[in-house]
Amino acid sequence: MENPKIKIENLNLHFGNQHILKDVNLEIPKNKITVILGPSGCGKTTLLRTLNRLSELNTEAKIKGTIRIDGSDILNTNEDVTVIRKKMGLLAQRPYPLPMSIYNNVAYGLKISGRQKKKYLDKRIEHYLRQVNLWDEVKDRLKDPASALSIGQQQRLCLARGLAVDPQIILADEPTSALDPISSQMIEEKFVELSSNYTLVLVTHILRQARHIADHVVFMYLGEIVEQGSAKDFFENPQQERTKAYLQGQFY
Amino acid sequence: MKKFAKYEEWFFKGLMYLSTLSIGLVLFVILFSVLYTGLPYLSWEMISSIPEGGYYYGKSGGILNAIIGSLYLSLGSTALAFIVGMPLAMFMNIHLVRNTKFVSGIRFILDLLWGVPSIVYGAFAFTIMIYFGLKTSLLAGIVTVSLFILPIVVRAIDEVLMTVPRGLFESALSLGSTKSEIAYRIMFKQCFPGIITAILLSFGRGIGDAASILFTTGYTDYIPTSLGEQTATLPLAIFFQLSSPIPEVRGRAYAASIILILIILIISLLSRYFTKRYEKNKINF
Repeated sequence: MENPKIKIENLNLHFGNQHILKDVNLEIPKNKITVILGPSGCGKTTLLRTLNRLSELNTEAKIKGTIRIDGSDILNTNEDVTVIRKKMGLLAQRPYPLPMSIYNNVAYGLKISGRQKKKYLDKRIEHYLRQVNLWDEVKDRLKDPASALSIGQQQRLCLARGLAVDPQIILADEPTSALDPISSQMIEEKFVELSSNYTLVLVTHILRQARHIADHVVFMYLGEIVEQGSAKDFFENPQQERTKAYLQGQFY
Repeated sequence: MKKFAKYEEWFFKGLMYLSTLSIGLVLFVILFSVLYTGLPYLSWEMISSIPEGGYYYGKSGGILNAIIGSLYLSLGSTALAFIVGMPLAMFMNIHLVRNTKFVSGIRFILDLLWGVPSIVYGAFAFTIMIYFGLKTSLLAGIVTVSLFILPIVVRAIDEVLMTVPRGLFESALSLGSTKSEIAYRIMFKQCFPGIITAILLSFGRGIGDAASILFTTGYTDYIPTSLGEQTATLPLAIFFQLSSPIPEVRGRAYAASIILILIILIISLLSRYFTKRYEKNKINF
């Protein structure tokens, strides 16, 4: 692969005695949607959380290996971890809006980066809320608490909030698992749109979703990468027996 | 279905009704006896004036000195304990998130301190004051009471912060927040109602405690004008008047208790009101 956005080499992760990620080597293409597939417990969420260094919050975690973003290692570096995390937006399994107004949820990232001018904030917030198709639904109640929104709206708000930090990469951990079908579809369509400017890494166990939006697929099983490749090759012509079995629904 | 499930359900339901009833009854009996004995002696004069000569023998005057003194003392010590305790609680839950052993050590120590009787804090402060040759004063009382309510403030805020879901913390981290930004921009807002409750809890303990201030604040008939002066307090006013042989004075002790209860009632109603106003942003996970 030429110029991968993220390059993971020999990544091993232990929680205490458990070996969660086993010698992971992976390249994630720039401005594409990469879907990480696999049955539950295979380490796909841990892998995602290692990318923005949330895994290390676990007291027991021991991480070895390198993760390079645009060539520079983010694991073994003196760079401030908050700067690294700002390069990546995270969309969690369920929305976690901040305990403040809709407006301030999106403004939060801008404010902690030192942007304070109201005129500038107003403009950017409208921009990001429009980007996730939420503007028309909330423009008259920007001062309302974020908790007043529906779950689907909250998840889109969280996406807007993440975009406002101006990341290069969007990490999504089963972002539609708590949503209704229509909201899920909205998020999926948004991802396809965003992939022209952002590198997306999506963890999911929904095969249909993967088939629908993936450009590149990674299949994990028991902490190992079993197979990876372009979506077309992966779904039409899987090489590994375990991949075939998974795609045929023999295990989840 | 189990054979006795229905009777088991009845039994435990009955048990719960019984305990609810007995708690309510105890509260009612306390309130009733204090009101019954104290109300006849409660007067505007008592709330609005300081003791005159011979007040403690049943002559005229009031306990404004003790009311003001108690308010100074408990507001001062609650503020001090909060200023020290809030950062500690945040530190334990946010900055030390990886260091679980250390945090449980701190929790253990705080729980021990919570259990230490307030007279021990009083005696401890008294020893230090003697060592440095200090006299009893409002400041000494504030420091002593704040030491004694500090574990309450910290553990109460700590318990509230622990209810914040990990996902919210991680979402904030992945937005590139520093831990301090999470503490004061997010956790504080999410936990605001609980923090108010924590403050209220420690205020209540502070204003009602007599043992820790017995040796440290002294007692005077005048309203203090500086931190260095002795101060009268409601618990001690109750204590001194209750030990009087004169029925009139003993009655005033109950009237002073009513005032103490009223202060706590007013403070909790006020804090409820302010919490309600800020609660709207809290996310219910």
